[in-house]
Amino acid sequence: MTVPPGEAFGFLGPNGAGKTTAVKLLLGLAEPTSGEGWVLGRPLGDREARRRIGYLPELFRYQTWLSAREVLAIHCELAGLPRASWRGEVQAALEIVDLAGRAEDRVGTFSKGMQQRLGLGAALLGKPALVFLDEPTSALDPVGRHDVRQIINSLKERGTAVFLNSHLLTEVEMVCDRVAIVDHGRVVASGTLDDLLGGHAVRLRVTGLKPSERGSVSGFGEVDDDGEWITLRGLEPDRVPELVAELVRMGGRVYSVEPRHQTLEDRFLQLLGTK
Amino acid sequence: MAPALVYARLTWREARRRRLLLALLILTLIMVAATSWGFSKLWDIRVQGRPPGAAFVRTTASQIMIVVAFMFTTVLGLSATVVSSPSVSGDLESGLALSMLARPVRRADLLLGKWLGFVVLVVAYSGGAALLEMLLVNWATGYMPPHPFAFVAFVSAVGITLVTLSMALSTRLSGLVGGVIALVAFFMSWMGGIVGSIGLALQNQPLIDAGAVTRFLVPADGLWRGAIWALEPSVVIATVRAAGPGAASNPFFAADPPPTLYLAWCAVWVLGLLALALWSLNKREI
Repeated sequence: MTVPPGEAFGFLGPNGAGKTTAVKLLLGLAEPTSGEGWVLGRPLGDREARRRIGYLPELFRYQTWLSAREVLAIHCELAGLPRASWRGEVQAALEIVDLAGRAEDRVGTFSKGMQQRLGLGAALLGKPALVFLDEPTSALDPVGRHDVRQIINSLKERGTAVFLNSHLLTEVEMVCDRVAIVDHGRVVASGTLDDLLGGHAVRLRVTGLKPSERGSVSGFGEVDDDGEWITLRGLEPDRVPELVAELVRMGGRVYSVEPRHQTLEDRFLQLLGTK
Repeated sequence: MAPALVYARLTWREARRRRLLLALLILTLIMVAATSWGFSKLWDIRVQGRPPGAAFVRTTASQIMIVVAFMFTTVLGLSATVVSSPSVSGDLESGLALSMLARPVRRADLLLGKWLGFVVLVVAYSGGAALLEMLLVNWATGYMPPHPFAFVAFVSAVGITLVTLSMALSTRLSGLVGGVIALVAFFMSWMGGIVGSIGLALQNQPLIDAGAVTRFLVPADGLWRGAIWALEPSVVIATVRAAGPGAASNPFFAADPPPTLYLAWCAVWVLGLLALALWSLNKREI
């Protein structure tokens, strides 16, 4: 598994698959029993690498007796950012996560969603080269989720790699360039979304053809014959008119042609179901 | 600022924000005011119908002060244990440690920083409260212990041993369990000291040995004996010594300070336990 700069990488898997453990291993919060890995070109847990990493844990918790601004200032200090930059970094983070209006309030008065926003702000301090977001929207409302997607996209634009752990597959589908699906501590599939979802597919309702004739279109792609309905996978969209013409030429009557896109959820369930 | 000092400052700030310092200050002022008032009443005692002499008041004050110091040390030990027991485990269980230890800091920074924060709290509290008490007792009775700063040092050391033990346990156990174990160790140490004193009175070697072993295992009682010595006036020491081993076995009496070798052992004990705590924290998943 490799995550290049400027890419959002979705790390998916069922509960207990090892997603959070993998992130902890990459951050040096847990020690591997075997295997090896590098983060930003350094061995796992390296302190220099951690200077350029932001992390929002799944179990996000911050000092309830500090204000949001104070929490972020502490993280600036621990991250080793130059003192002169703290004020600007903290203010920018507060504005990005929409907490500027509550900057002086104690974290103990924050809702869970606001605390998660604060954690996201802390992860963005110092313009990290790599950001780990572990279930970053678990406590957020739809507006907050939309904001997080925007933040991830802006991180990608500035060349930051985003490692996203999430159960919300539709969100992963919206923001991630590549994904890996993990189960029982092992990667069962990984690649771009197109690779993983098997490219384009089309579903047609055709009558007047014998089964052998329906099967003869396999040259266009992988055929799934379900009586009147035929699904072809791996078909490029510009070949659809050619396919319809071939079916008509064989005497078929085409009633419906529907582009079909396998969702990440379908693929996720398929992969885990197969196992 | 070094990351360990950031943690130390956070520990201090947490104590202030959560009003622990305010609570300690108010309770200390109440305790000091009440005991000073009590000490001032020593002048009202009548000896064979006559007012007591200054020497009588000072000697009586010195012995009462040891009892007050015992209660103060117990409160300090309990407070230090209760506050420091959940210090590491609480951060680990709540998830607070996750985002902070993902920063370019060592786990040692967290442990040593918090430890340093608690040590400063213990020394500030014991120093401030004890010196205030001594000044007021001196004002009320004219008595000033022979070694006031040594007393603060010994009492602080008792607090530091308990903080160190609690924090070491806190790297693996919940605050509740670690706190109970540390408190049991504290009281066992004290009871071991009494057993040793009884052994001394009865000239029973196994009991004397049991007391000595306890003082090595958990040096809280051994250090407390140093605090007693720091409060004991020379006239009392001479009188008790003259009365023989039976009188000298009083658990509220110490004729000599702990030997230098024992103090060195206490330092090794604290450093060793810190090293063990660090090893334990480094080996666990955050």
